[in-house]
Amino acid sequence: MNGDESVKVVPVRHVGQWFGMALLALFLAMLIHTFWSKIPTGARTCHLVNGRYRCHANMKWRFGWNLVFHYFTNDQVLKGLVVTLELTVYAMIIGVILGVIVAIMRRSQNRLLSAAAWSYTWLFRGTPVYVQLLIWGNIAYLYPKIAIGIPFTHIYLLHFGANSVFTSFNAAVIALGLNEGAYFSEIVRSGLIAVDEGQTEAAISLGMSRGQTLRSIVLPQAMRVIIPPTGNEVISMLKTTSLVVALSVLDLLGAIQDIIGQNYQPMPMFILASMWYLIISTVLSIGQFYLERYFARGALRTPPLTPTQRLRRDLRGIASKYKTRRGVQVGTAP
Amino acid sequence: MTVPMVEARGLHKSYGGVEVLKGVNLTVSRGEVTCLIGPSGSGKSTLLRCINHLEKHDAGELRVDGELVGYEARGGKLYELNDRQICHERSQIGMVFQRFNLFQNLNVLENLTVGPTKVKDLSEEQANKRARELLVRVGLEGKEKNYPTQLSGGQQQRVAIARALAMEPKLMLFDEPTSALDPELVGEVLDVMKDLARSGMTMVVVTHEMNFAREVANTVYFLDQGVIEESGDPKSILTSPSSPRLQSFLSKVL
Repeated sequence: MNGDESVKVVPVRHVGQWFGMALLALFLAMLIHTFWSKIPTGARTCHLVNGRYRCHANMKWRFGWNLVFHYFTNDQVLKGLVVTLELTVYAMIIGVILGVIVAIMRRSQNRLLSAAAWSYTWLFRGTPVYVQLLIWGNIAYLYPKIAIGIPFTHIYLLHFGANSVFTSFNAAVIALGLNEGAYFSEIVRSGLIAVDEGQTEAAISLGMSRGQTLRSIVLPQAMRVIIPPTGNEVISMLKTTSLVVALSVLDLLGAIQDIIGQNYQPMPMFILASMWYLIISTVLSIGQFYLERYFARGALRTPPLTPTQRLRRDLRGIASKYKTRRGVQVGTAP
Repeated sequence: MTVPMVEARGLHKSYGGVEVLKGVNLTVSRGEVTCLIGPSGSGKSTLLRCINHLEKHDAGELRVDGELVGYEARGGKLYELNDRQICHERSQIGMVFQRFNLFQNLNVLENLTVGPTKVKDLSEEQANKRARELLVRVGLEGKEKNYPTQLSGGQQQRVAIARALAMEPKLMLFDEPTSALDPELVGEVLDVMKDLARSGMTMVVVTHEMNFAREVANTVYFLDQGVIEESGDPKSILTSPSSPRLQSFLSKVL
């Protein structure tokens, strides 16, 4: 065979894959059918036609789409959504700050600091977040008054009632934030461990202090490892906030339950809530992609493509394939 | 007589019961190039790392530019220096590593400016200006915006040398600077180092490049099992070694 002859390559046919795809498509079609089908309400409507009653069953959307969209931008729902977002943001801020501090404490050469950090993680990771929420919500039973003063004396600098500070919203933020901090510290720690020891040595050889090294060199590189699980944590937190219903905080789910109490239509309302949670988590995933791309700079020779860049590349690929088929361009093996 | 740049007397260092340095004496004069050679595990790198206090020595006396490393002598006692003082000592000593250790999250220019701006409080413009001059000196102008991973090993090591020089050190330490390089890239790094030696920089180089030692070094120290077996000017010790250990070492590496 000489070099200028182009050889036709016959790819392997994957019969099993085609069969599987057909089966999956069938199931999807069935599922979509149930989405768009109507079911009888149980009531019947009868009309007098030519002296005789003609009756037919009343029908309604199985998923109650009319109700879903009617309540989708309902004031109560939107207010609940704002509360959910606030809880997520505040709890994550507390969690991230605590997590970073605890992770650094954990690596400290000071035994007391690292033991304190370990105990914190042990306690808050070892008990269910739901129980922690209930404890913080009822903290006034343990500490009806909160005072700052000198221990074992009655000298107080500051004191106030627990219920004024630990409103159910504040208790929820504290509980979620403290719980998150325990998990987040482990994420930060794994990121710090992942950075090559040589980076620290090079930095301190320049005369940089431990703090400067951590801030300018180690943490920015640890971010690359920290970001993906952080995205996970934010999305997880968004959903975990729904537990605050236990403290009667009117978050998205709380608002939904209120509405169910009025219209007795649970399923459409639950679907509505799921749709909102899905929308927010989708937006968060997109944000995560761009954040990862930003922190990958320097670590990868070529950063990952954005979806629009990928689309453009795919279109170019299809165009060149089309040209090859028409014999305009002889393709080379990939 | 001027104070030598580095002076070690009876330096000891152990890692968990294993004695790596067993009483090392070393003198490095100003403006001279000193090469440390020896088999792996002989303590060359440890000795180098003690000089800028990356490792704490256990016993003996170590002075850089007349000052004790890591301690301060007051009233017949040795006081351990605090972190800030140690940082200050280190900032005057440049270090080049075997595996370059360029900051992966910073581009070439930032690698050169992060030290001067954070440690010496130089302004951004001053630091950038110096960094650009140094990049020209190591033959890497135009690479300012590249990230370390986009450079070849030889280029990375030249950036690492420039990064150390950006701190205007009085002493440069090289820890096997060409050992992680492809053979064809070794030359470009050695050329930069030779140029640096000619400019009068005091250098301590741990190396396996015997030709470099022969050509550039003023003094060569041969370490074996934590002690200095032989030292002297490169011509005599590399061509007619007296100790049998150095003879057998040289027969393997040359």
